[in-house]
Amino acid sequence: MTDQLSKVFQALADPTRRDLVARLSARDATVGDLAAPYDVSLQAVSKHLKVLEEAGLVSRTREAQRRPVHLEAEVLDLMTKWIERYRQEAEERFSRLDGLLAELEAADAPSRDQHRGESA
Amino acid sequence: MNTMTNSTHETEIVADPSLPTIKITREFDAPAERVYRAYTDPELFVQWIGPRSVDTRIDHWDARTGGGYRYASVRDDFEACFYGSFHEVRPNERLVQTFTFEGAPDGVSLETMTFVDLPDGRCRLVGLAVVDSMELRDLIMSSGMDVGVLEGYAKLDELLARG
Repeated sequence: MTDQLSKVFQALADPTRRDLVARLSARDATVGDLAAPYDVSLQAVSKHLKVLEEAGLVSRTREAQRRPVHLEAEVLDLMTKWIERYRQEAEERFSRLDGLLAELEAADAPSRDQHRGESA
Repeated sequence: MNTMTNSTHETEIVADPSLPTIKITREFDAPAERVYRAYTDPELFVQWIGPRSVDTRIDHWDARTGGGYRYASVRDDFEACFYGSFHEVRPNERLVQTFTFEGAPDGVSLETMTFVDLPDGRCRLVGLAVVDSMELRDLIMSSGMDVGVLEGYAKLDELLARG
């Protein structure tokens, strides 16, 4: 699982590939469609798609020549969930810290009152 | 322990897709001085760092620039040790530490915590961890799941104990 997530992260490390994913999130597209806006060869775009495919982020149907590229949204979802898990763990730690900070504040406040009481 | 503030503070995590870093941002209803204290005073640190199911034992703690630390997370007969150095200790502002899990001694994380006071006695903490490979970064992030699983087992233990 970590291995697949590493591949997803590596695949998304490239700005062109991130752009391809963003465009595929709107609709399926052929390699030709995807290559059109870029100043690069079809082969270069194919290479990027291959990396995305190996990470499980996109798939290609067998529809003869057209072979549209399809975004596997659930893989992106998996990554989001994975970060969310980590975030929740950090959040639990910080909410323990919130509790401690509130205790410290409560502990500091009476001691200040006490000092005031003593000096009066 | 459970005097909860009605916490609406979101912990924000950013895992850069092209750099082996993890950035954590969180705000607290306490001034920077107090949050800094919770990070550097060992008696306070042990009270919040570990999951509830885990006891934290400090073996060594010298929170000064050039100092170091080692602590263990202990649960039943399982123990995980962590150590590192306090690279820079700048009271109430900035804390730079290294962090290594002894179970993976080749991995080291360089962690910079910045404490910034906000209006109304609040503060923002920004923590940036840098490691030397994407693989290690991903491993660290996915290890959170193990802790979650441990907590899950603890809850199961409680249920089983109750019968």
